[in-house]
Amino acid sequence: MSRKTPMSATSQNRVVNTVLFVVLALGAIVMIAPLLWMITTALKTKADVFALPPVWIPDPPQWETFSRMWTEAPILSGFKNSIIVAGTVTIVGSVTSSLAAFALAKMRLPMKNAIFIALLSGLMIPYPTLMIPQFVMFSKIGWVDTLLPLIIPLLFGNIIMIFFLRQYLSSVPDSMIEAAKIDGASYLQIFGRMVFPLIRPAIAAQFILWFMTIWNDYLAPILYLNTESKQTLQVVIANLNVEYATQRDYPLIMAASFVALLPILVVFLIFQRQIIESVALTGAKG
Amino acid sequence: MSHTASTTAPTAVPAAAADVPPPGGAGPTDAHRAKQAMRRLHRTEHRWAAAFIAAPVLGFLVFTLYPLGYALYASLTRWNGLTAPQFIGLENYTRLLGDPYFRQTLWNTAFYMIGIPIGLVLALLLAIALNRKIPGQTAFRTIYYVPVISSLAAIAIVWQFAYNGDFGLVNQVLDWFGVDGPNWLQNTATVKPAIIIMAVWKGLGYSMLLYLAAIQSVPRSLYEAASLDGANAYHRFRSITLPMVRPVTFFLVVTNVIAGSQIFTEINIMTPTGGPEFSSASIVYYIVRQAFRYQQMGYATAMSVVLGLIVFVVTLIQFRLNRRNSFSID
Repeated sequence: MSRKTPMSATSQNRVVNTVLFVVLALGAIVMIAPLLWMITTALKTKADVFALPPVWIPDPPQWETFSRMWTEAPILSGFKNSIIVAGTVTIVGSVTSSLAAFALAKMRLPMKNAIFIALLSGLMIPYPTLMIPQFVMFSKIGWVDTLLPLIIPLLFGNIIMIFFLRQYLSSVPDSMIEAAKIDGASYLQIFGRMVFPLIRPAIAAQFILWFMTIWNDYLAPILYLNTESKQTLQVVIANLNVEYATQRDYPLIMAASFVALLPILVVFLIFQRQIIESVALTGAKG
Repeated sequence: MSHTASTTAPTAVPAAAADVPPPGGAGPTDAHRAKQAMRRLHRTEHRWAAAFIAAPVLGFLVFTLYPLGYALYASLTRWNGLTAPQFIGLENYTRLLGDPYFRQTLWNTAFYMIGIPIGLVLALLLAIALNRKIPGQTAFRTIYYVPVISSLAAIAIVWQFAYNGDFGLVNQVLDWFGVDGPNWLQNTATVKPAIIIMAVWKGLGYSMLLYLAAIQSVPRSLYEAASLDGANAYHRFRSITLPMVRPVTFFLVVTNVIAGSQIFTEINIMTPTGGPEFSSASIVYYIVRQAFRYQQMGYATAMSVVLGLIVFVVTLIQFRLNRRNSFSID
């Protein structure tokens, strides 16, 4: 770079950057277009949805779609159920996962590494291979059409979270923990007062990613939840799509779908930096 | 490791010996006593550690290992999920081989994988572009990432309508350019490409992010040195960027193949009947249909075992190649 005259190098750079900016902007429009179209469709009248030539910007926007959907579709109960499932699983599961990660990273236990490898190997088994026996198992104890099959198995911890927390803990010096032991702290105290505060940022990042995964889950919920009032939000909107498509109420379907992805979108925009950092880390560790 | 080995030594013998002071000087006794105390401390630690990992281990046994064993057994039975399974040997597997629907879904699922290289190339180009100091860099990164975090069910609903022949966004935009688009999801020739386009759109931001992180970790001095040596942009890409992002490419290929082999949500929502002539149905779609609509639990389980085997083999290949990879990089 220093060999060239600075002017020509920077002006050449500027041209390249301008071209790239235009290309990236066009790409960004393509990326965002389906989502914008989802919102505009929600704001159209039922007739405008099928107007030719198409109505691009609804005039006037039908904001009442966003109010009538709460009474015309079981969206509220969907929200409630999704929050119960995702909330319980991630809160309890994060505690069990971080305790296990602490034990696997910093405590003495015979066969510790073999146990860790065995747990990791569970990741190689796809859910569809396990779902039929699991379904029959839960149906025998009468849990079909309840939220329990979506909650209980996940309370036992998340091996992906254990993996990353264990990794994170390996940078904590053993001597710190030994010193606490010599001071007479119990293992629960060591975890609560020392380890947990240390790994809190890592837990937070994994917590958010896990919450998103469960919030967006679709396969397990459609297998178990039949009654409308017990369905999670994703099942509710998928069923609306079947039911209301024949009645051609696309504004309602689009409004409900938008509302279903809104909470995660908001969480993402708030915690963007942390989420992006921890996702980037996934690739580095993989 | 040597430490763990010493703590697993049989405990009965030293415990009994502790009561009887060994003959000899005071020195060895103190050392012995100290060792005893250590051992007791370690045993407490073992107990706590075992308690801490009990939940994931129990969960693994009950919700992974047991269902897996049961799946292997059930795949050898005729079973409706209600009455007891009837052992029929390998009949389900031989039936699979001759099932045209299974072959069709296997083919469809493999076809969707075309989206993986397309997505990776686009993502890498995007990451390289975003790595330059371009105005609005953060905004671009956010916009490209939004589809990744969006719920797949909601996205599939939007795209299903977007692919509508008359009123969908895709054809309305194509109309500006004078192209008369097909009824994407009702057409055997276009339904799979339509789903691929959607999947690439949805996953692009994730791959882009991982590539961007990998590129940003490349030391700048490497590029500067190459420039001084007269390497042009293409050479720098070929001999610096590409090798440096290889582990990420590898990771993405493997995770995408594993996820792609289990594609279900978008198929079930966009083409609830499995598409025209079953041309969009995936393996998992077929498994769910046979198991939960037709109660052919035994047969569906056999298919799910085949799917599990495919995923297992892909993962094994990953571990093998990854080991070789890390040698060439470190």
